[in-house]
Amino acid sequence: MNNPKTSQKYAIIVGVMLILAAIYLVKLFSLQVISKDYEEAAKNNALRQITEHPDRGLIYDRNDSLLVFNDAAYDLMVVPKELRAFDTLDLCRILDITKEDLIKRIEKASAYSKIIPSLFAQQMSKEDYGYLQEKLYKFPGFFVQSRTLRSYPEPIAAHILGYVGEVNDKTIEDDPYYKMGDYIGISGIEKAYETELRGVKGQRVVLVDVNNREIGSYHNGEEDVRAVPGTSLWSTLDMRLQRYGEQLMQNKRGSIVAIEPKTGEILCIVSSPSYDPNLLVGKSRSKNYTMLWRDSIKKPLFNRALQAMYPPGSTFKLANGLIAEEEGILDANTIYNCPGGYQVGSHIIGCHHRGGTNLIAAVQHSCNTYFCKAFYNIISNKRKYPTIQEGYTAWRNHIVKLGFGTTFDTDLPYEKKGILPTAEYFDKRYNRSWNGNTVVSMGIGQGEVCVTPIQMANMLAIIANRGYYIRPHVIKAIGSKDNLNTQYMDKVDAGIRPEYFEPIIQGMEMAAIAGTARRAQIPGIRIAGKTGTAQNPHGRDHSVFAMISPVEDPQIVVFCLVENGGWGASVACPIASLITELYLTGEVKRKDLEESMLNLSTK
Amino acid sequence: MPLSYKQESTKGFDGRLILYYSLLVIIGWLTIFSTSYNPSASQGFSFSLPYVRQLLWIGTSIVLAVVILLLDSRIIQHYSYHFYILCLLLVISTFFLGSEINGAKVWIKIGAFSIQPSEFMKLATALALAKFFNEGKTLGEKRSIWFIAFGIILTPAFIILLQKDTGSALVFFSFIVLFYREGMSGIIFIIGAIAVFLFVFTLLTNEIYAIALLTVILIIAWIIDRKDKKKIIRNIIIYAIAIVFIGAVNIGYNKILQPHQRQRIDTILGKTSDPKGADFNLIQSKIAIGSGGFFGKGYLNGTQTKLNFVPEQSTDFIFCAIGEEWGFVGSCALGALFLSLVIRILRLAEKNRNPYARYYGYGIAGIIAFHFFINIGMTVGLVPIIGIPLPFISYGGSSLWAFTAMLFIFIKLNDN
Repeated sequence: MNNPKTSQKYAIIVGVMLILAAIYLVKLFSLQVISKDYEEAAKNNALRQITEHPDRGLIYDRNDSLLVFNDAAYDLMVVPKELRAFDTLDLCRILDITKEDLIKRIEKASAYSKIIPSLFAQQMSKEDYGYLQEKLYKFPGFFVQSRTLRSYPEPIAAHILGYVGEVNDKTIEDDPYYKMGDYIGISGIEKAYETELRGVKGQRVVLVDVNNREIGSYHNGEEDVRAVPGTSLWSTLDMRLQRYGEQLMQNKRGSIVAIEPKTGEILCIVSSPSYDPNLLVGKSRSKNYTMLWRDSIKKPLFNRALQAMYPPGSTFKLANGLIAEEEGILDANTIYNCPGGYQVGSHIIGCHHRGGTNLIAAVQHSCNTYFCKAFYNIISNKRKYPTIQEGYTAWRNHIVKLGFGTTFDTDLPYEKKGILPTAEYFDKRYNRSWNGNTVVSMGIGQGEVCVTPIQMANMLAIIANRGYYIRPHVIKAIGSKDNLNTQYMDKVDAGIRPEYFEPIIQGMEMAAIAGTARRAQIPGIRIAGKTGTAQNPHGRDHSVFAMISPVEDPQIVVFCLVENGGWGASVACPIASLITELYLTGEVKRKDLEESMLNLSTK
Repeated sequence: MPLSYKQESTKGFDGRLILYYSLLVIIGWLTIFSTSYNPSASQGFSFSLPYVRQLLWIGTSIVLAVVILLLDSRIIQHYSYHFYILCLLLVISTFFLGSEINGAKVWIKIGAFSIQPSEFMKLATALALAKFFNEGKTLGEKRSIWFIAFGIILTPAFIILLQKDTGSALVFFSFIVLFYREGMSGIIFIIGAIAVFLFVFTLLTNEIYAIALLTVILIIAWIIDRKDKKKIIRNIIIYAIAIVFIGAVNIGYNKILQPHQRQRIDTILGKTSDPKGADFNLIQSKIAIGSGGFFGKGYLNGTQTKLNFVPEQSTDFIFCAIGEEWGFVGSCALGALFLSLVIRILRLAEKNRNPYARYYGYGIAGIIAFHFFINIGMTVGLVPIIGIPLPFISYGGSSLWAFTAMLFIFIKLNDN
């Protein structure tokens, strides 16, 4: 037994084990004590920062009616690994899917991951959710995840409210606030007031396991930051007016813009055809957007109130009358004789009436001759402006001061400037040889000039205010109804003395009593109106109407344009009148007129 | 080195072995509890929880230990071959009855439980080898004896390998410790070491460099031994064998190994890095152990092993939890405990007058040491990831029963 040879082998075996143990000791020492990398790695491994998304701010109308709110959406999620046998028929019935569909969805989820939750059914209805919640215990492996989506109580004001969508790569790059998958306002109020509406993101630090499953909060949530919900906004819009306007514009193309002149607050802004804002929410947003985008006939995404450029037509005569007065060309009593047209070379611009007429009557009867002459005299006033270029530029500057050829740059989405050519443009076009008569059709709102409905409505506000305007905007208050939006409160001077407005307003009032705008009459209210017929080279003329009321203390100006509606008095005039009636009296009594306008189709 | 052999009392069961055993089992259970314990959920005492089940395995293991200690050791000796054959049949039966877990078909389901016959096969082989050697066939005398001895270990190893349980199959090579002790030449180990070197060198560079290196060595050896023709011929033969070996490594690596096995070898050799794929287990394991630091994060405070970052954290990778929660100090203490156990077995085996007990002791000391070194080695990245449990610690009934039986049979044999 005491064999020295065997004992030596025992020693060698033990020795080899001790050497191995020493190697392991060194390895463990370097791994655990020397290297610090692993501690850092462990932190990243186990702790995860989870962003808490705040609810977006709500949007109310001027009378505290909700225009936009957040709706909870419920997604049914599945974790394939946790699935157990369950009553498939029951689940199929709740979700209204076939058994094949159910199997397919589970297979798809399993193929993606057995342990990471997959979307099983997106945006279930509240009813389905309520019913499912009761029975969820019967379906192990399924759970419901809630998120918030924009929702609209009524399908109105889509263009102005705008929509929310996933943030794009470029924005993520430019603005560190946004992370992949965040939502951002893409257009309209949602975009203009993104910083107010979005709120402040919160953060939770949670322990997660290797499968990204949350295990619990870290340090009992001491390092968590609560999300701050977005700020609510009060819009200048009157929901009732907006709804009514959109109803009236059904089956028509065109736009209505109503402004409270004293404040520049937009009461309603209609662009027709429009779309249901609920279409651009959640799972079907991109599909619906593509559908709307591809609709080249209706072009529902095109906001006519801000982006469509029309020849202003006769309503533009109001501006020219004012400028002529300001330039000293004429006053309320100046009489031009109208021989039934204004001759430009061999061409005659026709006119419906004849005889000598003063400014008031010219507005009342929309005399073409009068305003052509006035316009000609403004830009060809050699005493004041030696050249036609100077004369035209002086006129153009007045027009710009009246809010044309420029944008208001408020909270309105994608405004267009319109078209207002410069003297250089005409120099180029006519090789510097042009005179007042070359461009005289601009005097009656035809020719090279194009404007947007919002610009026209703003001009009406200037007339109503007798000399100034406040840039039109759609947000009245931020955070609370008393906290007014002070960004857009400054009066902008239009460069016309107040007294020059009287003959214009008088003419407009006369038009409503005994002129072109008789259909605009509202019993018991003094109104001023101006019809227009914008010439349309592509088809029937556009029906245009401008309206200020009540005359003694204007509360509302309305500009309405109905494409292919024919002459101003036929369609645009009654619609503008109905809007005014609803706003000023609270109800529409002229049911027949309302009915005929609602049923009218110009498509 | 002359060792003194103090005649210690061999009467009574060895208290130290029982103490080491108890400590390891307790540490094991506490660690399993820590890896499956979830502070945010009241889990109660559900039988589906690993630490509850392990409690049952421990309880039954104690019963098993007591039964073994009450047995007559001659019965154990007498039925060694029978037990070996029985286990072999069970292992073979998994081909037909087994259920597949993690790609290896090594489990037999009995009701709610699964047993892994290969765990018991190790014990049976140790018993069978001890009986074989004990029956007067001293090693190193007849070649045929070696063939039979290797047959006894290679038969189960080969069958288990066929079941794709490479880890368990490799364990059978731990009997080399016994073979060495009982007369096998140490040169085999030196050859083995050279083979491992060539293996690693070939895979790390390529076979051309390996052959070039060998050629240089051959030329140097030729110059040194130029007077001795016999040695030159011997060297040329070794050279030829080495080149064949390199070729075999090359073909084996590229043609025979499965891609995932190749990946594992590449990972150990540091050839590739793939944090989400093949390296994932190792990286997570190293992060867990490495983040433990010197003193560890404290019991139940591990984040990596608590949150399922480490795969198989209660079975093959259980050392991660110990390394994370008890740090370098705890890791060393566990290592010391294992070494003490193994050396104690070797020492008692060496001193035992009954050769059967000595053979058996060396056999199981080799098995336990192999498990220990491979298991810890894979978690810290010293050896490829081979799925074998850490004896007495890892979760699992079969493993705990087999190791308990293994150790208590030795304690019983040592008492006689």
